[in-house]
Amino acid sequence: MEDWKTNRNVFWTLATPGTLWLIAFFLVPLAFLFVLSFSSKAMIDGQISINQYDYFSGLTNYLRSFNPDIVSIFIRTLWWSALATLACLIIAYPIAFGICFAPDRWRPLLLMLIVLPFWINLLIRTYALMAVLRDNGLVNSALGAVGLGPLPLMNNTFGVIFGLVYVYMPFMVLPLYATIERLDKSFLEASLDLGGTQFQTFRNITLPLTMPGIVTGVVLVFIPCLGTFLTSELLGGTSSWMIGNVIQSQFGPANDWPFGSALSLLLMYATFAVLAVRAFLSRNSKGVDV
Amino acid sequence: MSSANMSDAPPSPDTIVSIRNVSKRFPGGVTAVDDISFDIAQNEFFALLGPSGCGKTTLLRMISGLETPTSGQILIDGQDMSLTPPNKRPTNMVFQSYAVFPHMTVADNVAYGLRVTGVAEDETKRRVGEALEMVKLSHLAQRKPDQMSGGQRQRVALARALVKRPKVLLLDEPLSALDAKLRDDMRMELTRLQETVGITFIIVTHDQDEALSMATRIAVMDKGAVQQIATPAELYEHPKSRFVADFIGKVNLIEGRVVSKKPNAVVLDVPSIGKMEMATKDLVGETAAIAVRPEKLKITKSEPKDAKLVKVKVAIRDVAYYGDTSDVVASLPDGQDLYVTVQNESREGGSGVERGDKVWMSWEPKDSLLLTE
Repeated sequence: MEDWKTNRNVFWTLATPGTLWLIAFFLVPLAFLFVLSFSSKAMIDGQISINQYDYFSGLTNYLRSFNPDIVSIFIRTLWWSALATLACLIIAYPIAFGICFAPDRWRPLLLMLIVLPFWINLLIRTYALMAVLRDNGLVNSALGAVGLGPLPLMNNTFGVIFGLVYVYMPFMVLPLYATIERLDKSFLEASLDLGGTQFQTFRNITLPLTMPGIVTGVVLVFIPCLGTFLTSELLGGTSSWMIGNVIQSQFGPANDWPFGSALSLLLMYATFAVLAVRAFLSRNSKGVDV
Repeated sequence: MSSANMSDAPPSPDTIVSIRNVSKRFPGGVTAVDDISFDIAQNEFFALLGPSGCGKTTLLRMISGLETPTSGQILIDGQDMSLTPPNKRPTNMVFQSYAVFPHMTVADNVAYGLRVTGVAEDETKRRVGEALEMVKLSHLAQRKPDQMSGGQRQRVALARALVKRPKVLLLDEPLSALDAKLRDDMRMELTRLQETVGITFIIVTHDQDEALSMATRIAVMDKGAVQQIATPAELYEHPKSRFVADFIGKVNLIEGRVVSKKPNAVVLDVPSIGKMEMATKDLVGETAAIAVRPEKLKITKSEPKDAKLVKVKVAIRDVAYYGDTSDVVASLPDGQDLYVTVQNESREGGSGVERGDKVWMSWEPKDSLLLTE
């Protein structure tokens, strides 16, 4: 394949609308957020201005971010994202395996069923989920009919995590499916043939060899979980705010863009940390590409 | 030799694998293996030979337990294996793709089968060392498979299977992924290993040279059934059917019509050659084929004197020069092509014939064979 070492002309491909789009609508706004995060609202005639800023006014916004309330919401966000990612992994692994071993003509259909929810707007899906989970929703009505419940299924931690798992499941299933599908089944057969039990085969062969898919799936689910605000807003209620809700409120009702910018950038740095861990795992993987 | 009779007989004491009326039908109606019965003796180097899709690999996988027979029984060392999963069978397999675990070193690969079955670590170390010694890979013990050649990975797969000391070693097309030079080395290596370790080898191959040169006995398979089981020499010189004759080496099949039958012989009318009497003990139908190997045919410029010989005038259609030999294609008067292998005995002139030559072709009747199946 041609690369920039042999053909300098490939650099011209960078001067395409895609690049310009990214610069105009991604890099420039990001730079704006960065500047804003070091700013504060201007004082005009002894009053705090609504839309004027004092730029480069120090680290105030970052210091405010380490207020215990924000820190605890941040920790809660990490913890819930981790729980949701773990739940996704545990549920998605057998699903991906099942699809791989399904008869050829069933596979496209099964994969389509996994992707199908993407065709419907997230907001509508979340409202539909509320109809299922609320106190007089489908689940609790069914339980009520047999004299049980109602169970508290939303406006709590369970509701948020359930929503996250539901929304991000396809991001876990698809990379897992891709790796398991490529996995040479004769490795598993060789392990069985050499005396390994099904469990030993899974732990010693299947798991390490599908690690690339696991890592990709974890990254693809964990990162968007960190930035969630819709799911936690609708299924968790005000006592279940995640960092995304805080950021959203700064840009919305609280109208404190500098503070919102600082929180956004901190969240972005946390995301970079996750990606750094992934890169580290990939470098230390034993002959397996992560 | 009916399969039903064989399966009722008790296995002889030196039988290690006994296959009894085994069939395998896959969902969708494909019958991969169709009611096969035979025994493999202790210490044999046994080959399952046949074209792709003949069911040989399925049969091997059923012996290993990776595939379950639809009906029939497989006994290993006298034990019925029907309910025994692959990890509990005294067999080990060398996979066609080698299936060397990419995330483990060579030593860990070889140790795997011992570790998962709880063999003590110091014994594992010792046996892994011995196994690597045996396949001459001791110096690469700490390598990863992706840093090794195909031939080396194959040796890892062999060591990994042999270290388990199986009663039967199963090899699925072990040489097919190697280049020609390595293939010859590995062929000798496998024969040597089999003699050293003294366990039964069952090898699956579609390559007749491989089977002929390594195996002590060969089962020729076609369409899920065993066509013939015999030693390499017997298969080559006494094939039972047109299929076996054609599959094992090159053969010329000349079809003829039966004109009269005698005890232990028939008279055939062969279009280009005339009436011929051939000895046979088989029941002969309306037609039969005369089979002659290319190297048994002689080409002479003038008509051979010997009255015993079968002789026919042919036209040379093509000559391919291979150095030591030449392959000559000669057309019978009715247009059928016969293949003749000619030794290039003198340095000048090669095969001595050229395209378009009209020459005499002859063979001794005892060098030909009557095939009825």
